[in-house]
Amino acid sequence: MENIIKNETRRDFLKVSGTVAGGLALGFYLPTGPRIAQAAAETNSPNAWIKIGTDNSVTVMCARSEMGQDVYTSMTMLVTEELEVDINKVKVEFAPPAEVYINALLGGQLTGGSTAVRDAWEKLRKAGASARMMLVAAAASEWGVDASQLKAANGMVTGPGGKKATYGQLAAKAATMEVPKDVPLKPSSQFKVVGNVKQKRLDTAAKVNGTAQFGIDTRVPGMLYAAVAMAPMIGGKVASYDDARAKALPGVKAVVQYSRGVAVVADSYWQAKRGKDLLLIQWDAGPNADNDQKKIWEGLRNASQQPGAVFREQGDVAAGMGQAVKTVEATYQLPFLSHSPMEPQNTTADVRADKAVIITPTQFQQLIPHVVAGATGLKPEQVEVHTTFLGGGFGRRVEVDYAIDAAEISKAVGAPVKMVWSREDDMTHDSYRPAGLYTLTAGLDSGGKPVAMRFHSTSPSISARLFPSIVKDGIDPFAVEGIDNYPYATPNLKFTYQMHDTGVTPGYWRAVSHNLNAVALECFIDEMAQAAGKDPIQYRIDMLDMGSTKHQWSGLSAGVPVGARMKRVLEEVRAKSGWGKKLGAGKGMGVAVMEGYNTVIAMVAEVTVSSSYDVTVDKVTAVVDAGTLIHPDQALAQMQSTINFGQSACMWGEITIKNGGVEQTNFDMYRVARINENPRTLDIHFIKSDSTPGGLGEPGTAVVQPAIGNAIFAACGKRCRTLPFTPENIGA
Amino acid sequence: MKISFNVNGKQSSVDVPPDTPLLWVLRDTLGLTGTKFGCGKALCGACTVHLNGMAVRSCQTPIGSVSGQKVTTIEGLGGNHRVQKAWVALDVPQCGYCQPGQMMSAAALLAANKKPTDDDIDAFMSGNICRCGTYPRIRAAIKEAAKMA
Repeated sequence: MENIIKNETRRDFLKVSGTVAGGLALGFYLPTGPRIAQAAAETNSPNAWIKIGTDNSVTVMCARSEMGQDVYTSMTMLVTEELEVDINKVKVEFAPPAEVYINALLGGQLTGGSTAVRDAWEKLRKAGASARMMLVAAAASEWGVDASQLKAANGMVTGPGGKKATYGQLAAKAATMEVPKDVPLKPSSQFKVVGNVKQKRLDTAAKVNGTAQFGIDTRVPGMLYAAVAMAPMIGGKVASYDDARAKALPGVKAVVQYSRGVAVVADSYWQAKRGKDLLLIQWDAGPNADNDQKKIWEGLRNASQQPGAVFREQGDVAAGMGQAVKTVEATYQLPFLSHSPMEPQNTTADVRADKAVIITPTQFQQLIPHVVAGATGLKPEQVEVHTTFLGGGFGRRVEVDYAIDAAEISKAVGAPVKMVWSREDDMTHDSYRPAGLYTLTAGLDSGGKPVAMRFHSTSPSISARLFPSIVKDGIDPFAVEGIDNYPYATPNLKFTYQMHDTGVTPGYWRAVSHNLNAVALECFIDEMAQAAGKDPIQYRIDMLDMGSTKHQWSGLSAGVPVGARMKRVLEEVRAKSGWGKKLGAGKGMGVAVMEGYNTVIAMVAEVTVSSSYDVTVDKVTAVVDAGTLIHPDQALAQMQSTINFGQSACMWGEITIKNGGVEQTNFDMYRVARINENPRTLDIHFIKSDSTPGGLGEPGTAVVQPAIGNAIFAACGKRCRTLPFTPENIGA
Repeated sequence: MKISFNVNGKQSSVDVPPDTPLLWVLRDTLGLTGTKFGCGKALCGACTVHLNGMAVRSCQTPIGSVSGQKVTTIEGLGGNHRVQKAWVALDVPQCGYCQPGQMMSAAALLAANKKPTDDDIDAFMSGNICRCGTYPRIRAAIKEAAKMA
């Protein structure tokens, strides 16, 4: 994990000239290192982050997927900070798969792990600075003056005696200049773009006037539409089918079987959908035919009796428990969750004899040429991938299943096909946030502090399915986040993880295992504070680990204890939230704190619980230390977003299995927060910092959940250890 | 069977089965892809358009019922509608997928209620799901748009 995430590879610039009509195209090349995906997509890409045309056009390639989290703007801001061009005149394009675009923090051209800006932070500023230096060098050479006498600003190089030239005029010459080896960057005190509180999103106009192109909006000449029928049981297959009625429908062009279902292909989506509904299919239910939720919990409970793999240990936990004057123990049960982005999965594929074009809303464009090649018999270099805007991602679109399906269907009918899933297809064929059991035991000393802590989790491993090479000795790094970096000083501790396959496809879901481990941990810390008779905020502050021991598995996190940062956000959230103030009957406040993705967040939730245990979240106060904020207004948007997403998860989110398949099919059965359920007050504060940026797209989801759970306890005295926090579970 | 109706001020004629939802006629037949498909069951509001000025879920509106009527989509809101201006001013969208439906609902709300309260906004807008959690900005943008009247 260490070498995948903290990949200290040599960094080189790769200059590619002549790709934009004689202009300058500059890429920042990262030599290959260990990576999650062993996929080296060689396409005909220009391998450039920045392209400057002789017509003065400036194009920034956006090599991360824009799914709401603002990479489209924030990554462009990093380039323009150093390039010295007006960001509003820059054109942004989504990058094709190419080596140059690999995310060094993940080892693949992949958007996830709250890494986009963290990976780009230095890289894209250096790319911008290098391009600027080459343009200046071109002017210096042209004018026979020293580069130090020249100034670059607003897309123009100016020099002594009123000399001036636009970037476009210098682009061709700049492409012949030496790529600078030493690229100094502005100190933060000189930032004009980074940290600009007035910076607007560059994609808002298109998203407001209806022209933004999502995957589902793709239209190509001669395109047909596919609606699909997939097995209702996870892992089921087609045994036989009768398509006579579907084929008789006007507009239906073909009915084809593909790897995991039957597709009806028609000249409109609706006719395809009508055809799908008329199919008569016999399913081979496969190995999960009898799976149901009761069996899954039994299986997890049985598996939890196994010792598990130790991922963090210090001292002697048994001896520590022996010294304790009080022991607290609890088991938290967390359900499967669906991603359910608003845009159902879809892909437009045009598979020909010698080439395939795939247009898709994906978080993992680099993998697609390889899987489409596998599905079609083409070579990866014959597969062209275009990434669209994503109508939400949340980790669902790290999966490439739907691109494979569309490619198979296009190949079968010999035409370009847009495959669109229904909401029901999407919800029942998701990869789910794993369900799990989390047992915590704490031994407290006479002062209430932990002398021993035992943590034992049992849940499916996502990485064992998707990237088995990163699973070592029974430990999936993406199953121990938010607990491997346990932030409290405890002399004796032992943390174990027991992997257990439930037959339900597990997937990376926003903040991944932080949403499991940190939820259970931060609810449990509240139980410890209660047992110790202490205030939950002061209790946490008093036991923060101020040391510097490295955390072995938390590759995407800070990697070391962040005690001082945690203390600060806890103290500030105490002050900002009015912690301790008198509240009305049925109201309560709860706190939680977490470090994830090198961002430290403390939240206080204020809730009202009715006599029948209906919960309303009235207010959430958050204090966030995310280091340098590139785009402050969108950092705020990500906090608003993650609070909402976590609230949906912990209050209503639950996917259950019956007869081998997912029971919930649409938003009537899988409830998510609506505007009337969103807290009326979200009070979000950021710590001023010029440290390295932390990730913001995910961590808040895992903090708001225990804050709400703890507030429910404060309001009604009920510890809800089975999520979601429904009236049934609270009252049980 | 030909069905004629007015879309964004222009007369359109389509030849599709009359039970085809308006949503798919807009998107596939007329190429107006700003209106989005989210759930197919009027549960999420992504497909909201105006039918004679009223907000409707186009995924549950058969095209046959629209014959001779007036439909407005996000493309027909004009770009300078006060709701769109407020959405831009506050940078409301994140992924943006649900926003055409949100804005069509908001425009219908403001047409009926000049100065909606928080409770009015909750009541009218709760049929539109946003998974990105842009709700605080939607609420603020509706109030901002109300001031532009």
